[in-house]
Amino acid sequence: MVTLTKDRMMILKDQDVVPFRNRVKEYAVRIGMGLVNQTKLITAASELVRNMLRYAQQGEVFIEVVTQGRENGVRLTFVDKGPGIPDIELAMKDGYSTHRSMGLGLPGTKRLVNEFEIRSKVGEGTVITILKWKNG
Amino acid sequence: MKSNLLKSLQKKKKQILELWIQNQLTDPNLREDLMSNTELRVQSDELVDVFLKNLNDTNLTEPDSPDFEPVFEILAGISISRARQGFSPRETGIFVFSLKEALLEILRQELPDDPLQLYNESMKISRLIDSFGINTFETFIKGREEVILRQTDEIAEISTPVIRVWDGILALPIIGTLDSSRTQVVMENLLQEIVETASGIAILDISGVPAVDSLVAQHLIKTVSATRLMGAECIISGIRPEIAQTVVHLGIDLSGIVTKATLASALKYAFSLQQMEVKRIRQERKYID
Repeated sequence: MVTLTKDRMMILKDQDVVPFRNRVKEYAVRIGMGLVNQTKLITAASELVRNMLRYAQQGEVFIEVVTQGRENGVRLTFVDKGPGIPDIELAMKDGYSTHRSMGLGLPGTKRLVNEFEIRSKVGEGTVITILKWKNG
Repeated sequence: MKSNLLKSLQKKKKQILELWIQNQLTDPNLREDLMSNTELRVQSDELVDVFLKNLNDTNLTEPDSPDFEPVFEILAGISISRARQGFSPRETGIFVFSLKEALLEILRQELPDDPLQLYNESMKISRLIDSFGINTFETFIKGREEVILRQTDEIAEISTPVIRVWDGILALPIIGTLDSSRTQVVMENLLQEIVETASGIAILDISGVPAVDSLVAQHLIKTVSATRLMGAECIISGIRPEIAQTVVHLGIDLSGIVTKATLASALKYAFSLQQMEVKRIRQERKYID
């Protein structure tokens, strides 16, 4: 997999969510992603960035356009220094939430994208990487 | 700076002020439309007065000295009020930086045959005024940010109109992102309007919502539940194909809610609930004998 362009964005407050989504959309449109996949990617990004703000208050996102063979895609990496997730398996279950929300953020996001990777250490933070192929 | 030089500067306050105002008035960027010359004079006089009063040998080289607190206060007041009046940052910047020219001119008159000292003192004054200028920019930006925040609030207020489309049928087009505070406004407006108009049906149109994630869905569900508690039926319309697919993948269950693709079909459904139907009137041809 080769990274074609790389961009980063700091997420500090709720008002950053919309500009961030627009930025992701820009990259998705640039590689010619269809409307359905665009919406899936943006929704997934929106879920993760809201989680980041809710649990870690702030963080940073890397936006990359990647290519493999003849397929292009958008890869997003969410990095925060929040409390971390003690039980990732539990957090990935539908309907589980520590915050009285729907508990669909993480498992739902996984269903919306092609690749999903989560690494977390309690007290140190969480890194989540998602990838959506143009025709995935 | 030697005290006597400082004293003569303080003594020449009037001259400095005149020179400074002269500089400002001759500037092609002067905004007489935004501020009268008397007002400008008052502002300039206040600033020069406080600045020279608080200037002494030690704090001349320390722009962060607490002695300048009052100067910064006045500067902050000036730049915030100018930001509100619609001045550009350049105009506010020129206001402060033109003071430097006036001060340096007086300094040059004071030290006609000592270039070295003139240079040294000029540097000090220059650094001090630069720091004032930077401070002005910071407050100017802060003033602008306040304006932006106020506008954000205003947008949230005005962008949630409740429309009475028919007797007993309300429509609420939602445009933009639905966050917690926005939902609160939407819900309040809607519930209030249901009471006032005794409506039995409310249509929430989300055509203008760019993405429905789980938080937005949760807010929608809450709004629907609250409407039902009021005894009204709530229909969600404007669900685009891509939104429908995303919602399904995300795993959000909206099956308990009546949803329609367009506002028109939602309205049609609302009519059928009210046992009403819209008919085309058939025109009868009149034959003239």
